[in-house]
Amino acid sequence: MEPIAITGVSQTPYRERMIDKTAYDLVYEVTRDALADAGLGIHDIDNVITVSNDFVDGRTISSMAVGEAAGAHDKNISTVEGDGAFGAFYGAMRALSGFDTTLVVAHGKGSEGDMGLITNAMFDPVYQRHLGIDALTAAALQADVYMTRYGLTEEDFAEVSVKNHQNARNNPLAHLPLDITVSDVMKSERLSDPIKRLDCSPISDGAAAIIISTGRASSRSRTRPIWIRGVAHCSDAYFPGDRNLADSPALRRAAKRAYAMAGITNPLKNIDVVELYDAFSYMEPLWLEGMGFSEPGSGARLLKDGVTRMDGILPVNPSGGVLSAHALMVAGLSRIVECVLQLRGEAREHQVPGAETALAQGINGPCGQSHCVWILSVNQ
Amino acid sequence: MGRHVAIVGCGQTDHKSRRSDVNGREMIYEAVSRALSDAEMTIRDVDAVVIGNMDHFESINYVDTWSVEGSGGIMKPIMKVTTGGTTGTSVAMAGYYHVASGLFDRVLTIGWEKNSESDTTAAIVTCSDPVWDRFSYSGAIPSLATEATAYMERYGATQEEAALVAVRDRGHALNNPHAHLRKAVTLKEVMESPMLAYPIKLLDVCPRTDGACAVVFAADGVAQKLVPRPAWIRSCAVRHTFTWFGDSTDYQKGLVSLQRAGREAYRNAGITEPARELDVAELYLPYTWAGLKWIEDLGFCGPGEGPRFVADGHTDMDGTIPVNPSGGVISTNCIGATALLRVAEAAVQIMGRGEARQVPDARLALATGFGGCFWSDVMILGAERG
Repeated sequence: MEPIAITGVSQTPYRERMIDKTAYDLVYEVTRDALADAGLGIHDIDNVITVSNDFVDGRTISSMAVGEAAGAHDKNISTVEGDGAFGAFYGAMRALSGFDTTLVVAHGKGSEGDMGLITNAMFDPVYQRHLGIDALTAAALQADVYMTRYGLTEEDFAEVSVKNHQNARNNPLAHLPLDITVSDVMKSERLSDPIKRLDCSPISDGAAAIIISTGRASSRSRTRPIWIRGVAHCSDAYFPGDRNLADSPALRRAAKRAYAMAGITNPLKNIDVVELYDAFSYMEPLWLEGMGFSEPGSGARLLKDGVTRMDGILPVNPSGGVLSAHALMVAGLSRIVECVLQLRGEAREHQVPGAETALAQGINGPCGQSHCVWILSVNQ
Repeated sequence: MGRHVAIVGCGQTDHKSRRSDVNGREMIYEAVSRALSDAEMTIRDVDAVVIGNMDHFESINYVDTWSVEGSGGIMKPIMKVTTGGTTGTSVAMAGYYHVASGLFDRVLTIGWEKNSESDTTAAIVTCSDPVWDRFSYSGAIPSLATEATAYMERYGATQEEAALVAVRDRGHALNNPHAHLRKAVTLKEVMESPMLAYPIKLLDVCPRTDGACAVVFAADGVAQKLVPRPAWIRSCAVRHTFTWFGDSTDYQKGLVSLQRAGREAYRNAGITEPARELDVAELYLPYTWAGLKWIEDLGFCGPGEGPRFVADGHTDMDGTIPVNPSGGVISTNCIGATALLRVAEAAVQIMGRGEARQVPDARLALATGFGGCFWSDVMILGAERG
């Protein structure tokens, strides 16, 4: 792979309901701020990828609403519908195909919709949808399978929530910085057994943007380039009943390919920080297993052993993760932005000292059916 | 720089107004299996899948993850790309960039729509701003009707001249076994069809179709081994210029997005006289006036010359530049597949697999996409790698 780098990033604060901002406002702000971060003007951008979802935005051709705000007038533009990590991957492909400077921007205003109905619509309209299944209840099934298969407890997952909300207290952009205990999580409202309110990510409004430059164009930006060393995606089967929900073979395959591209042979040793897609607390250990940081069923041990804490050898979600800020479509791109900040040493209060290699993850579909894994590094 | 990329296989469903014999995934499978067979590949040879449609026509969220049983995307990289009417060309270009990047050698692209499951216009009107645009000027027909009347006013074009475009495309569809509307129409029938929004009548516009299209892209070095005559991608250009319908068209200037995308695509493919150099064009013409006006924007003829150019037979099968040998959008319109069908049909011509609709020895072909807020995509395909 030819060298390509992320040379500009920005994200809005993630908040519950931004009634003072339209989606276009959010997209315009992150576009402007990513350009400012890179020290570039809109004329330096030769193509744009927007990320949006017609269900979340409540309009068809949702991309039409934001092209202008993303500065795409008279530029080559396309739109990925799905998590921002996938949109960013399409941007990376275009950079590798000859575009010099690619802008990728994602927005999500979940507050304007009904997330139960929106995520219910990802299930089969004939066989499943009328059962009322949605992202939350499907996740509960997955958490249950995972616990049963490996003898895990609800407390194991609650620990994740405690850690990530605590991390969020060092991130002013996070939606839910919380000082909570395992007991608080256990006592929070039971939404879909075994998932409780404090096991769930919030529905946040927000946006994020990155700028991807080719090696030769990266010197035009004023920032230290963060190199894209590996990126891969993969999808599992569709029907949750056809999958082994206690494992994530698609993530395993995506991670394996991204590691091979980046020359990573021992992820726990080679990777310094992880920003993963913990839409629910159980997802953190499950995804860590898929990424090869531990054996199947032992992901929760990493936290018990302190490995994934801020002072551990592999801090996971220093930003507070998706549990602390979840703008749909944006969250995977936000993971990439957070990794870039870590590698630049600009993560301030939630900085992992000396981080040189980072992993970011995005997911799509029910119970993490499709995964996208990014390896970023300070080294070309 | 990116690698050279070619199309090595195309497949499409048997398009109908209502495919009640298949569900969405089965319809996608029908196109995919035909494309793989055209490329003499199996699903195991596919490195990645790109799919697109318009969500609200079938009301399925995350179509990429939903469709894997039809697309074959299980345990493969999948991605959804969607941009309204231009979805098909956006999907094709995503397939192209997947391969050009060097990351994937063989990529399957899919566009599909099961319009019979939707209220198309009810879904389309929600593309525009809910406060400012939606209740005044939204949907597919009002803006096109305005464009048509402005064109008639400026150049004195007549409804009869536009109707000839429908007569041509519907006639061509008789040669395409996959086309939805395979019945020729006469000038009189077009003129006498019900008025929808002046001057657009029922037979001036595209139908709503159930159908899918799949196209396989392969890298230089791989493509030549798969098929004797790959269709090489010579250039891609995109202008999704506007967000607001009120900004979208300067009726005195023509379809600006197509003019600009066309110029860029021609420049990158080294084309200076499109009507003479191109052997065939598959154009996203959703209504008849586009067949007069947009060929001017593409430089096939000068401003105001479209009606004469068409009437003189220059766009017929034996003309200077045959337009829409497939029957075009006026004969088949499965929206998320429509622009990908243009790319597929252009590739079919280059690959020499057009059978009854083949333009003899087509070596350079143009495909376009139209959608959103008067957006345009242009792809040029050639027999030479370039």
